[in-house]
Order: sequence, then structure tokens, then C-alpha cells
Amino acid sequence: MNLEFSPEEIAFRDEVRAFIRDNYPKELVGLGNREDLTREQFLAWHKILGKKGWSAPAWPKKYGGTGWTSTQRYIWSEENARVDALMPLPFGISMVGPVIYTFGNEEQKAKHLPGILAGDVWWAQGYSEPGAGSDLASLKTTAVRDGDHYVINGQKTWTTLAQHADWGFFLCRTDPSAKAQEGISFILVDMKTPGIEVRPIKLIDGTHEVNETWLTDVRVPVENLVGKENEGWTYAKFLLAHERSGIAGVARSKRGVERLRSIASQETLDGTPLIKTDEFARKISQLEIDLTALEFTELRTLASEAAGKGPGPESSILKIKGTEIQQRLTELTLEAVGNYGAPYARGMDHFGSNEIGVGPDYSNFSADAYFNMRKTSIYGGSNEIQRNIISKMILGL
Amino acid sequence: MDFNFTEEQTMIRDSLARLIKDQYDFDTRRKVVASKEGWRPEMWAQFAELGLLAAPFSEEDGGLGGGPIDAMVVMEEFGKGLVVEPFLQTVVLAGGFLKAGTSAQKEDHLAALISGERVFAFAYAEPKGRYNLADLETTATKDGSGWKISGHKAVVIGAPWASHLIVTARTSGGRRDAKGVGVFIVAKDAKGVTTRDYPTVDGRRASEVYFENVTVGADAVIGDPSDSLGLVEKVTDEAIAALCAEACGAMKVANAQTVEYSKTRKQFGTPIGKFQVLQHRMADMFIEHEQSVSMTYMATLKLGEDDVTRKKAASAAKVRIGQGGRFIGQQSIQIHGGMGMTDELAIGHYFKRLTMIDSEFGNVDHHLKRYTELSAAEVAVAAE
Repeated sequence: MNLEFSPEEIAFRDEVRAFIRDNYPKELVGLGNREDLTREQFLAWHKILGKKGWSAPAWPKKYGGTGWTSTQRYIWSEENARVDALMPLPFGISMVGPVIYTFGNEEQKAKHLPGILAGDVWWAQGYSEPGAGSDLASLKTTAVRDGDHYVINGQKTWTTLAQHADWGFFLCRTDPSAKAQEGISFILVDMKTPGIEVRPIKLIDGTHEVNETWLTDVRVPVENLVGKENEGWTYAKFLLAHERSGIAGVARSKRGVERLRSIASQETLDGTPLIKTDEFARKISQLEIDLTALEFTELRTLASEAAGKGPGPESSILKIKGTEIQQRLTELTLEAVGNYGAPYARGMDHFGSNEIGVGPDYSNFSADAYFNMRKTSIYGGSNEIQRNIISKMILGL
Repeated sequence: MDFNFTEEQTMIRDSLARLIKDQYDFDTRRKVVASKEGWRPEMWAQFAELGLLAAPFSEEDGGLGGGPIDAMVVMEEFGKGLVVEPFLQTVVLAGGFLKAGTSAQKEDHLAALISGERVFAFAYAEPKGRYNLADLETTATKDGSGWKISGHKAVVIGAPWASHLIVTARTSGGRRDAKGVGVFIVAKDAKGVTTRDYPTVDGRRASEVYFENVTVGADAVIGDPSDSLGLVEKVTDEAIAALCAEACGAMKVANAQTVEYSKTRKQFGTPIGKFQVLQHRMADMFIEHEQSVSMTYMATLKLGEDDVTRKKAASAAKVRIGQGGRFIGQQSIQIHGGMGMTDELAIGHYFKRLTMIDSEFGNVDHHLKRYTELSAAEVAVAAE
């Protein structure tokens, strides 16, 4: 047991650090935590990494992964977090990609994996429905076989950034007579197919991050079915476990703690920097300690994955603790900025400028970030669902 | 980076687990704890025979060439079995000091420690000193070539079983000064040492130890008698890491027993483990244990780093383990219901041990404060 990097790993760190320094787009600097960016902004770093062959470090090498060890992947995410890099979105790389290379056929792999790796094709996730949130298996969207096509009807919701999407992966009921978790299929859908309508949902932080997706008589070729008909639930669960393992966000939260420290040394209370008051300093310490615990839990998980085990139910710990910490971080940042948490930069329509122009720069969007982060304990299987998973899969209750 | 155990470490774990299973079951432990002696010297001899007492020491010091990870492995198993014998005090603490001693001290004391014939206790705390290792009213004054020690040491764990004490005393400066802290080896039967022995709430034994003009030779001093607070902190951090490992073992068993109980205990016609409110509680207990294991690895692996990194790591671990241990202890009792309150079940004894671990070598508040001060100092240095 040791924590040291080998000389090879140090060389690797220097290599990726130099690559990021030389290639990370200057126009993206400082945008790493924002949700309201353009399609080009979201994809810029992804495309550069795609050309380099580094967009999907966790994939098996034969499908375009990097073949890095778990330590190298840890170094990679640390180095990206140092510059707050806008990483490839999860929908292609972390979600549908692994499902396609694990359960898809050769045609599907050849057709879809290159676009995911290159950042040319934007994927949307068609899972949740108005009546199927945490109880995902109660979904009602149907896909009915008609010759060489499925005809899909239904409504999906919380479809993240679907306004930019080229393709979507949808869970549809193909056998209405089966029990809830059986009879579901995993179908890939070209978002330009007639009958799909994406409508924006405005969130409490003022952003347009999610959508309703309406599907009316959408005709999809049967070759877009992944794996076997009526076995989509297995693939859906596999996807969620993969989603969870990347969700800890340790490196990014470490950056967030640094930022919080910097804000708390600039803000004052009775003339003393906030960071020098016992109350606030100890809140930061507790956060940092909890983050250390999460970091080492993730490292242990990575090590056991490297030993051949895929992401298991233990990844629920990473989801719960990772999201709690992300929430706590934005909560403390909002606390730290004090009065200047109030001005609303995204609501300037009637004020002749879209720049808010008041308060220190670091206070902008601090409340929005706090509001937005409440989503993290709800999405990806709510934190309550994660506790169900731990109690059933690990504790055997 | 590597989180695997060596073959030797796995062997230590397996053979110790077997020994505890065969000879340290809960009923046996209860009898031993209730006996006049309160521990089993013959068990200590078996630990020596298994190589546990030699495991963390280098080969040139007469050990097996292991280190803190070996101590971690042992302590975790001890935590699972609620072992009372003073491995922490003797091997980790006294051993930690003796490693920094002269070759004569090693030849005399370390050899006898490893063979199992000499048992130590660490007399550092004082009635008013709380967790501050420098807050010393005990004094050591120069006496010819040696020293004369006077003072009162509080709650010295394992002292009734010890032949020798490692004693901290002030050699100069004011009561809480960082400078002027010395470390001494004192035979418990030395003239002027008196003890008042008693049991502790978690099944161990301790003493109040009084020193009245106890004279020791120059060869009793470990390190620099005028400036050893750094050494005391280092060895104490090693003890904190080992104590965290013990807590992890105790948490693991407390969780397992609680989950098991919830599967058999029925109320309203159904096992209580089927109630979601309790399932989520036990999921949180599971998470607390896993995070404690992570923190124990982290603190143990950072013992060899620079002072600030090591201190922050030890304090961070002690904070998380203190919080996790309290949560697991309290919830284990809660889920066991009235049965958890009975002395007959093991669970209450795990709860008591976890409770005491929090206050040993500084509780959550103490270490949160220490961590915060170290962070502030780090920022100040970086700004210069």
C-alpha cells in the first residue's frame, strides 16, 4: 500500500498538464461551472480530446479508450480540474457509449462510437417521464412494432440539454402486459425524426438546462434497438451504475474549496476575513475533511475496478457523498458572499444591459449555483434510491 | 498508488482473526474483563509468538520489517474482537518513541518489548491538560547527570498491566509552551511512583499515576529533553492512525450485528430490516464505515510525510472517525432497541468502545480546531 506516483506516472502527469496548458481553449477559461453555454462551447474541449484520442479514458482500448490505469485516470481528472476544464458531457461518453459497446451489435458500434468519441454527435437521455421519476420502471412511453419500425408514443421529461441533441437513447415499453421492469427496451432515436418535439423547462436558477420531450408516432428503424427486446432494464441499470461512478466530482470540488477559501479571505466580518472566524473556518475544514474521505473512497473504488470488478453498488456511496459535498460547497459559497448573493444576473431583461455590474465578480451566480446544485441529489437515481440500492444489494435487507 | 496488502500483512490478518475467533469470543472477553487482572498475559505471549509485536519494526531494530500498515492491520482485527490488551500503548506508542531512542535504549527496551516480556503505558495526559500535549504541570528537573520527575498523570490506559511508563514532563518554560517538553522512560516500580488503578467504561484498565521526586538516569531520556514536543506529536499521530483502524474494526462488527439483528427481529409482523427508515439508517452506517476505512488508509499512508501533511491527515481522520463512530454506535443501539441497552449483548460494548475512541488523543472538536489552525498556517506560509 502506498500513495506515491511512480516516475512513469509523474511523467504522465507532466505530459497531460502540458497538453492541457497548450490546448485548452482560452475562450472557455472560467466557464467550467456554467450550464447556459452554446453547443460549440460545450463541445470545444471534447473535440480536441477526441482528436488526441483522450475523450473516453474509461472505455476499453479496443473501442477507443486510452488504456490508462486507474491512477492515470485520477491524474487526468485532477489536471483538468486544475484549470476548471469543461469536460465532455456524460450523455455520450459515460452513458450510452458503454451501453453500446457492451450490449450493442457491430453495426451500432461502428455507426455510433466514433461520433461519441469525436464529440460530433450530441446525445440526450430519454429516461424520466412525468409519472416515472425515482420509480423509473413505471414508465409509459410505448414502442409498438410495425414492420421494420418501432412507432414510439409518449412523453419524456428532464431531458438535459436536449435542445442541442442529435441523437437520444430512450427507454420504451415494448411489452405492455409484462411486469414493470420487464417489457422495457433501450432504443436509439435520431432526434430529427418527425414527431419529436423538445420544449424548454426553465429552472429556478433561470437556466434552460432541461426539457420536455414529446414523442408522437415517431417511426424508428428496428435496427436501432440495443440488445434484446424487453431487456432494456438491464442496460438501463448498467448505465446508471456507470453514471454514478463518475459522479463523485472530487477534483472539481477540490477546486471549489480553493475558490471558497479565496472568497472567504476577501469577505470580512467585523473587519476580520471570514476565513479567520472560527465558525466559518471550521465549516470549510469539515467540508474539506469530508471531501478527503470521498476522495480516498473513490481511489479505493478505482483500485478495485482496476482489479477487474466493474462499478458495483458501492458507487452509490460516491453518488450520495459526492453530491452532498457539491451542494454544501455552493451553500457555503453563497453564505460567504453575504448580501451580494441577491443580485440576479440572468434576470436583467428590463434593465438595458445583461451585465449585473455590482458586487465582487465572485458573487455573481453564487445563488444560482446553489439553487442549481439541488438537482444533484435528485438526478441519476435520487440519493434515497441510492440508499435503497445499498440496503438491498450490499446489506441484503 | 496502490491499495493492496502484502502477503505478510494478509497472513498477519488471517492468523490474528483465527486466534481471536478461537480464543477471544465475546463470552471469554467478558470473563477476562471482569477478572481481577483484567487481561491475559498468556494472550500477550501468543501475540508475541505470532510476530504481532515485531511486525511494525525494522529488521535492524529486531522487527519483521513492516511499518504502520502492519499496525493498522493488527488494530483493525483488535477492534473487531474488542481486544483489551495494550498493543497500542506498547507497540505503537512506546515502540514509536523507542524507535527514536539510542541504540542502548533499543537494545534494552525494544528487544524486551518485541519478545513480549516488557509491557508499556503512555503517561501523557494530566488532570487539567485535556488534549493539549504541551499542557504539562509534571516537571522533570536536572538532578546530577539524571532527572527528577514530579507530577500527576491522568487516565493512563494500560498502566496496571505495564512494567514501564513513557512519561512526558516539562523541563523548562511555561505550562503550555511548545519548547521544554521532555520524554522519559520510567520503570513503574521506581521509587516515588504510586498508582491508583481502576477499570474504564469500555473494559480496559487505567491508572492515575503520581510521581514524587522520582529519579531517573540520563539514559531514561528519549530524544532532546528540552525540545521533544515534535516527537510526541509524531508518535501520537501514529497512535491516532492505529486507533482509527481499531475503530474501523469495531464499526464493521457493530454494523454487521445490527443488520443481522434487523433481519431477525420482527415487529408488526415483519422483520424490522424491511422498514425503509431503518434501511436508510443502516445504509448511512455502511457509508460511515467505508469512509472511515478510507480515512484510516489515508492517515496511515501519510504518516511518513512532512509534519503539516501528517498532522492534517491524522486530524482529518480523527474527525471523521469520531463522527462516524458516534453515529454508528448510537444507531446500533437504537436499531437493537431495548436489547441494545442490555449488558448481555455485544453491541453495547462496541458502542462503548467507539464512544471512548472519540476522546482518546483528542475528540472531534479538538481535531477540527487543529486541522483548521494547520490550514490557516499553511495559507499564511503560501502567502509569504
